[in-house]
Amino acid sequence: MSIFVDNNTRLLVQGVTGKEGQFHTRQCMAYGTHVVAGVTPGKGGQKMDGVPVFNTVKEAVADTGANCSMIFVPPAFAADAIMEAADAGVDLVVAITEGIPVMDMMKVKHYLTGSKSRLIGPNCPGIITPGQCKVGIMPGPIHRPGGPVGVVSRSGTLTYEVVHQLTLQGIGQTTCIGIGGDPVNGTNFIDCLDAFEQDPETTGIVMVGEIGGTAEEEASEFITGHVTKPIVGFIAGLTAPPGRRMGHAGAIISGSSGTAQGKIDAMKASGIHICENLGTFGELCREIFT
Amino acid sequence: MKIHEYQAKELFKTYNIPIPAGGVAFNSDEAQKIAKDIAPFPVVVKAQIHAGGRGKGGGVKLAGSMKEVATIAIDIIGMNLITHQTGPQGKLVQKVLVEQGLNIAKELYLSIIPDRATGKIVVMASEAGGMDIEEVAAKTPEKIIKVYIDPLMNIQPYHSRQVAFGLNLSPVVIKPFVSMLTHLYHLFVDYDCSLVEIHPLVITEKDTVIALDAKVDFDDNALFRHKDILEYRDVDEEDPLEVEASKFNLNYIKLDGNVGNMVNGAGLAMATMDIIKLAGAEPANFLDVGGGASAEMVENGLRIMLSDENVKGILINIFGGILRCDILAEGVVKAAEKTGITVPVVIRMEGTNVEEGRKILTESGLNLITAADMKDAAQKVAAFVKNDE
Repeated sequence: MSIFVDNNTRLLVQGVTGKEGQFHTRQCMAYGTHVVAGVTPGKGGQKMDGVPVFNTVKEAVADTGANCSMIFVPPAFAADAIMEAADAGVDLVVAITEGIPVMDMMKVKHYLTGSKSRLIGPNCPGIITPGQCKVGIMPGPIHRPGGPVGVVSRSGTLTYEVVHQLTLQGIGQTTCIGIGGDPVNGTNFIDCLDAFEQDPETTGIVMVGEIGGTAEEEASEFITGHVTKPIVGFIAGLTAPPGRRMGHAGAIISGSSGTAQGKIDAMKASGIHICENLGTFGELCREIFT
Repeated sequence: MKIHEYQAKELFKTYNIPIPAGGVAFNSDEAQKIAKDIAPFPVVVKAQIHAGGRGKGGGVKLAGSMKEVATIAIDIIGMNLITHQTGPQGKLVQKVLVEQGLNIAKELYLSIIPDRATGKIVVMASEAGGMDIEEVAAKTPEKIIKVYIDPLMNIQPYHSRQVAFGLNLSPVVIKPFVSMLTHLYHLFVDYDCSLVEIHPLVITEKDTVIALDAKVDFDDNALFRHKDILEYRDVDEEDPLEVEASKFNLNYIKLDGNVGNMVNGAGLAMATMDIIKLAGAEPANFLDVGGGASAEMVENGLRIMLSDENVKGILINIFGGILRCDILAEGVVKAAEKTGITVPVVIRMEGTNVEEGRKILTESGLNLITAADMKDAAQKVAAFVKNDE
């Protein structure tokens, strides 16, 4: 088992004909993902490596039965692309695009309320169920299929680092999800922790966070009483300078939360095994999970 | 992006948000001319820098006569202003805002920011405007009013009334306050702000509502649709190395340590800084070259790090995903050939095309130290800077 993506995922790629879109679509196909369609407005009727390209997501879904979309559309147009995918009834929308304005994402978030579509990202590496399906830009070979550990992270390359260390220890992964580092995003830690808790093949969870916001604190509250599986956690930014803040308003809204230490304390209180030194992450996982 | 108070007030003016009469001056003569235009006295002379706490640092003074305006302007322009937000090195003041003094009946706090947790826009206000507002929020959170607004719905009069009645405003003030807050909200949304803060917002003895201060920050990701705001950028307020880095789309923040580090991805960059510290050294910077860095970006990143004279060793930590290790290696080699690397460089690479990358580094004949993993890399670079001390 796995969460959100597997062998049945039928992927369409929005922004498939762009440089990045093309490169990563090929990488996903090479990994074994079923890429069934591409969408680039104005390029309908063309093909990209045999994949049919459509003008709209609606047409692509009707023609190919796509149930998942990966978005490589530039930031100025990405919010529109996410809403188009949701409007076409795509189950899972994975937005890779970095640099989408916060105001746009706030509108998207409220647009998606009540919709059946799940958004992962934006500004994220995507999601992979090793050995089955890769929807994103992560390097495939660092993953190890078969579980038993689920990975959820706010970061991109930091996720690769922890996955790589897991694989080096011989610990496989069920599904790895990068939920993205933007202030306003779709799927959050709690959604993923809940899904991993329900997934019978996942027996342990890795959770990687970073400074800013209150997502880790909220996840820690949820864990108490809802998650029984062991969790190993890491928070980046313990030494980040406290400056660069936004007037007083940022401090008022988040209080003492948001700092690395505040997050670590909250996570420890909910029973998460915190890794203090990223260099030893794999070793700690071996201790806890095996 | 940050702007000055006087620039924020220019924006306020275009949105019919009341501000005191005044103007910006770059020298004492200009300050006196503005004071003459806005008389009667007293007038207020306020240092314009991108940091708060200016009053406590001696950057805001009341002038009761033209002679005082002249001497205060001379004192403030050119001073190195140190506040809790500037850091110990302070900031050079190059201009002042000269404004009408007001008869204040009540000081309020008002701000608008995006709330990450709810994805809504939140208006925050408090009657305790004259006090340290963060302390008020921490100790007496009930004194802070928060009204959350759905970005698809925009501000409605009832939102503003909730804030106004929550602030215990007198009936005659309610209407101008509601109007002011509505305009402020629209400014926030129209310009993709990440913060609008008025601290204090004052009610005068004549029951008018006036923004005595103004702080406006913008979402950098949305600046592509606000070319007019880019005109407000003041590079004098930014670190020169950070300005240089921004030209190449590099996310660089200068710090006080001596281990330069270049990483792809913000999370991994922060984790790399953490592990440098755990190894007993101090990071000299945060430098995220991003996911899709080119050889040219890597080259410029190295050059910028090397121009910080505190840097005694460099750690490059790349987990190749979109950024391939061979591209990174090419950038490093080019930078080394052009600038001549004078400090030890430890490189740790993993991921896409790592073998090709290692080959390029080995064949370059450069004296680069490779590391097996993050821990090894941090220990190696820390050992170098320690030997140097």
